[in-house]
Order: sequence, then structure tokens, then C-alpha cells
Amino acid sequence: MQIYLPIAEISVNAFLLLGLGGIVGVLSGMFGVGGGFLITPLLFFIGIPPAVAVATGANQIVASSFSALLAHLKRKTVDLRMGTVLLIGGLIGAAGGVSIFNYLKSLGQVDLLVNLCYVIFLGIIGALMFIESLNALYKTRSGKRQPRKKHTWIQKLPFKMRFRVTGLYISVIPPLLVGAFVGLLAAIMGVGGGFIMVPAMIYLLGMPTKVVVGTSLFQILFVTAFTTLLHATTNYTVDIVLAILLLVGGVVGAQFGTTLGTKLKAEQLRILLALLVLIVCGKLALDLLLQPSELYSIGFSS
Amino acid sequence: MMRRVFAIFAACLALVAPVQAEENIVLGLNQTEVSISTNFNGSEIIIFGAVKRETPIPDGPELAVVVTVSGPSKAVVVRRKERKFGIWINTDSVEVDRAPSFYAVATSGPMQDVLSRVEDLRYKISIPRAIRSVGAPMGIVDSAAFTEALIRIRTKADQYDLNEAGVTVDQQTLFRATVQLPAALVEGDYNTRIFLTRGGNVIAQYETLIDVRKVGLERWLYNLSREQSLVYGLLSLAIAISAGWLASAAFGLIRR
Repeated sequence: MQIYLPIAEISVNAFLLLGLGGIVGVLSGMFGVGGGFLITPLLFFIGIPPAVAVATGANQIVASSFSALLAHLKRKTVDLRMGTVLLIGGLIGAAGGVSIFNYLKSLGQVDLLVNLCYVIFLGIIGALMFIESLNALYKTRSGKRQPRKKHTWIQKLPFKMRFRVTGLYISVIPPLLVGAFVGLLAAIMGVGGGFIMVPAMIYLLGMPTKVVVGTSLFQILFVTAFTTLLHATTNYTVDIVLAILLLVGGVVGAQFGTTLGTKLKAEQLRILLALLVLIVCGKLALDLLLQPSELYSIGFSS
Repeated sequence: MMRRVFAIFAACLALVAPVQAEENIVLGLNQTEVSISTNFNGSEIIIFGAVKRETPIPDGPELAVVVTVSGPSKAVVVRRKERKFGIWINTDSVEVDRAPSFYAVATSGPMQDVLSRVEDLRYKISIPRAIRSVGAPMGIVDSAAFTEALIRIRTKADQYDLNEAGVTVDQQTLFRATVQLPAALVEGDYNTRIFLTRGGNVIAQYETLIDVRKVGLERWLYNLSREQSLVYGLLSLAIAISAGWLASAAFGLIRR
């Protein structure tokens, strides 16, 4: 069934979009990532104009992350206090990221820089997570438990706050910085930033994996809602019909995803997410390294 | 000479007047409006017409018909990738001042037979002529490669089309052409031109507009997004949030 998208101004298959939303929704619920790093390139691939894909992708992530967040709230795996601290940092970072994005746009190389950002961050994070979770998996198999590092420089920072759900008593400075950094990258790369947030919370803040997913969803929800409004009011690139099709698939997928996620072990979850991140990274790296079949591209002059 | 210049000028003004008064075009369209609704998936425009003449069919070269349909024009930038530091990045770019978003040419025979180069230049009929590119920046020697790339990319996307058998002419009097509009269609006035040629020279011209518009829900959403973008943005968010809540509630019920 073909459907004409009013803002994107093209006609696409409705079932293809439903399926796409569904797949991304499952991943969103399982890993606590918004799925922006998957859905945006996938939308490019089916011919949606990049600007519309980025903006509408953000709107779709609002739906799937809200659905998944509700499931996590019921399970009490969301640290609202930690989420709020991360969010404050995130909004500051996003505002900074938007101005950097506009500056790069004026230089005319924004596509390349966005792609490089993807390859570098997805590559580093994917590789680190993969190695670490392989080690963790090996250790749990051999019966040893991984000791949690208790005394790092992070413990010595001021403005300490107790995060009861997480079971941490740490300074608010590291979560604020993590939030701001994720917000910055999210604005530049046009994603929610879950794939950076989740490992940062696990490895930098030392939060337990079960709480990380819900808390990350909480932050993603607000950052992507903010991004959607910004795109709708400044660039007019949010396509509501496209969004509805994606999110119908997405919200259903997210519910299945959360159920799947609770059935898997934390280490297995991390290894799967790492593999997924590495696959996307590899695809984007190949696009940069191999000679494209069409050297020319058409853009609209401002 | 002056009379001829005046005649062309008049033709442009009146849009209907012939260049030479011997053979005129009488035209019909299967639709003068294309409505883009939610289930729009491309459209076919059938252009049919007849040649009206007071005198018998002239001797000499046979009558040929050229039909062009042109969508709204917009300036575009064509960029070229080059390998630098091991990766492919955009380097050179050329701005094309005017490139129609859609352009179709249908002719009753091979282009070089039905239209001379001079007439093509004058009326800007063939695809390369319909694109206007003035002044590539300094340092780009092969600016033609950029306009060629523009045509190649848009032809591949069915946005530009040259169909040298797209018009059938019957008895040098009746003609019929079909132009396929793709699903990815931009709104606007689609200028439709019909040329009668003999021996490569244009002997009559006719112009009309096809109105391509979004209708219904498409129209309403598009207007809302432009005129009240904040409301539109909040609406998108509200839909997203309620869909998320609905799915969660529905699954809660199923599990119970």
C-alpha cells in the first residue's frame, strides 16, 4: 500500500515503514537506545530526504522511548533523580550542539562531519563494549564475580548526591558532564544518544545495567521531544504521516523489546548491543572509504 | 524580420497564438489538475490534440510534435566527491540557477530530426537547454560534467525523461502524447508546451498549465506545518506520547 508523505513529498510503502518502526522499537525496548542511529540511516536508504529523516526520526523516538519508559517505570528500573540530573546536562549540551551544527553547516561540510562522528563514536563504543562484555561473560561462566571499582577519582568530587534507586552516592558533576556531552553529540548527529549514554552510565558512573536502560530512556524522551519541536518550528521537516507509520510499528516493537530484554542476561544484552553498533559503524565506514557509484550529489542552495 | 520577432513576442504573451498562422493547435488534456491525496502514487497525463488548418497539408517535410511538461524550478547545488586523506568527501560544487523539479520531453521522432539546434536554443526544449547554469566558480574547468550529473541523477529518479516515441501523430493532423508523473511530485504549476515542427523548425506553439496540488489531509497538514509550526510540532509530540502510552496500556492488559 503506497502512501504519499505530505512533508517529505514522496510516496512510500506503508508496510515497509511499519516494519522499520517495529524493528527499531524492539531494539529500543531491549537496549534502552532510542534507535536514532539505526532509523535515520534506514530512512535515507528508502529515499526520505535527510532533513526530514532526522527530524521525523526524533519524533518516532519520542513514542518508542515513552512506551518503553512506561514499562520500565512499572518495573521500578528508572532512577528519576539521576535521569533529571542527566537531562539538565543534556539540554545544555543540546543547545550548544545546535549552534555547533549551524556553524559547520555554514562551512558546507556538515554531512562528512556527521558521518565521521558516527564512525568514530560507534566504533570506539562498540569495540570497548564488545571486549568488556566478552570478558564479563567469561568471568561469570567461570564462577567469578567482577569486582566493582569503588574508589576512583570520581568519588573525590564535591556536590555529592544520593541516588537511591541506583544505589550510588556520588558527585553530580560526572552525570551532568555525561548528560551535556551526550546532548551535544545528539544535536550534531541527530540522534537521542542512547548508544553513548548507556555505556557511559555503566562504565563511567558505575550504574547497574538494569537501571541504566530505564534511566537512559527517561533522558532520551526529553531530549528528542526538544529536538522535534526545534525541527518543526525552524526547518518544517517533521513529517507527521511518516512519524505515525513509524511509531505504530515502534511502540508495539518496544513492548516486545522490554520483555525480551528482561529474559536475557545483562552481559548478553551488552554483547548484542555492541555487535549492532559495530555493524552500523562498519557500514558507514565503508561508505566513506569505498568509491561511491555516483560521485555527484544534488543539494538545494540556501 | 521585425514582424517575426513581434510574432514570437505575441506568442509568448498570448500563450495561444501561433508563430505562423497557417497551422494551429487545438488541445485537450485528460486532466488539468493533479490532486495529491494520501494514496497518490504517480499520475499519467494524456495530451491529445489536432492541427487546425485553413489550407491543405503543405508539401515538404512531415509534421512532427514535441511536448514538454515542466515542474517548478529551483536553484540547486551539484557537489562532487573526491578522495582526500583516504575518504570520499565533497570538494567541488557548481550552482545551477534554474533546474525544474520535473521535466519530461515527448517527441514523435528522434530529437535531431524533429528539432534543429537553433530552435532548441530559442525555445529551450531539450533537457540540457531547460536547465540554466551560469558561471561555474573559478578553478572548475569541467562545469559541464556537473550539469550532466544533475540530468543523470534526476533521470534515474524518473524526474527527467526524454521519450522519443512518446507522441503519436496520425495523418499529420491528430496527435496524442502520454507523460508519466512520478510519485515523488512537488506541488506547483506544471507548464505544458506543445510545439509543431516541420523540418526541425517550430511552426506553431501552445502553452497551458497543469495544476498540481495537495488536497484533503495532505493539504491541511502541510499548511499547518508551515503556518502554525509550534502547534504542528506539539501535535506530533502529542501523537507520539499517546501512541507510546496506548501501546504500553494495551500490553499491560494482555499480560494481566
